[in-house]
Amino acid sequence: MTMDIELTVNGEHVRESVEPRMSLADFLRERLQLTGTHLGCEMGACGACLVLLSGKPVHACLVLAVQAAGETVETIEGLSESGAIADLQAAFHDRNALQCGFCTTGMMVNAHALLGDNPAPERAEIRDALSGNYCRCTGYEAIVDAIDATARKRASDVEAPA
Amino acid sequence: MKSPAFDYIRARSVAHALEAYRSLDGEGVYLAGGHSVVPSLTLRLQAPAALIDLSGIDALTGISLDDGWLRIGAMTRHAEVAADPMIRDHAHLFHLAAPHVAHPAIRNRGTIGGSLSLADPASEFPAVALALRAEMEVAGHDGVRRVKADDFFLDIYETAMEPGEILQAILVPPVRAGDVAVFDELARRRGDYAMVGAAVQAVVDAGRVTDISIAFFSVGNKPTRAGAAESALRGARLDDAVIAAAQSALDADLDPSDEPQMPASVRRHLARVLLGRLLGHLGTTA
Repeated sequence: MTMDIELTVNGEHVRESVEPRMSLADFLRERLQLTGTHLGCEMGACGACLVLLSGKPVHACLVLAVQAAGETVETIEGLSESGAIADLQAAFHDRNALQCGFCTTGMMVNAHALLGDNPAPERAEIRDALSGNYCRCTGYEAIVDAIDATARKRASDVEAPA
Repeated sequence: MKSPAFDYIRARSVAHALEAYRSLDGEGVYLAGGHSVVPSLTLRLQAPAALIDLSGIDALTGISLDDGWLRIGAMTRHAEVAADPMIRDHAHLFHLAAPHVAHPAIRNRGTIGGSLSLADPASEFPAVALALRAEMEVAGHDGVRRVKADDFFLDIYETAMEPGEILQAILVPPVRAGDVAVFDELARRRGDYAMVGAAVQAVVDAGRVTDISIAFFSVGNKPTRAGAAESALRGARLDDAVIAAAQSALDADLDPSDEPQMPASVRRHLARVLLGRLLGHLGTTA
């Protein structure tokens, strides 16, 4: 069985025919070549595959592509190319908050959503938000630092616009 | 791993879903948020002929108040359970428990009905339903029936629902004067499965417990009411001696098994510690 689905990915209308068993993550990676969405555990434990579905972070490995029909998806590629996370990316770089980079895209998607909902999170709130994102290289301290620094920088830019 | 192949049916109504299930002759699986079903497919723990997606059925969504009872549609996502003001005011235990369910991204997709239907003994919501004395609205070919939470959870991953039945909504009894709710769990890290957790719903009148229900999770094959501890507390003032008596009574209520990662004696100890904290909290909240 295959099904025709239409959805919006990073602002572009997409129409494809898929098997129901195809996950949204495989759809993004294999059909659309959006390989910034990483597949680690394929069971919702590691957080590497997070994308925004209708604006909210979800595990692309746990959503079937057919379930995303009619919805809006944003991936790390969309967030990166629009410049929406440029400061977050710079903060990760400055703080050495990544090493191999496998978890980084999921971290970024999640951090972007967190700062959208809560522009001034406590460190404990950042840790809670990232509790489903595994990093096996750097540990989490630098990642929390980078997100915390981005939140503070955004707040100070609002108070004292250049 | 990848899922085996299956067909996909987007149900338009409860009747359509029931009919689709019947036509699949036992080979269909209902899909709500998908956060337990989809991993079970990728791990190849099951291989249904088709998934019947319930997410497009209007009758399974929405939160409303009817004659004091709060009706929570089964497709309500965990994040909505945490944020909804009606749930906060009329089913406060669900509001308290929701942030403990898995991780934020999971809570954006997982549903309350899916969690209750799965009946994972380590899950928060089944214990909350027990403590709230909620009722389940279950639809089948013979119509709709209501099942009390006390009669709903039978064993590990087993409920009173027959194959093919659909949980439509959770019904929470009216709030009483003096109602107080407390919830907590002991987990190694936030978002992990609890080693022990408990939900407590009580009526406290001038420092005296006039009614209380206590439900534990992660201590056995199903969420468990602590009847002996409840008896020790009902009618009593929440002082140190009464709390100690309730903690001791837990030995009769809970029967955890020895597991490689945790002996039963440790789990019993943690349950006593957790109950002590919750009752202390209850005394200051009431």
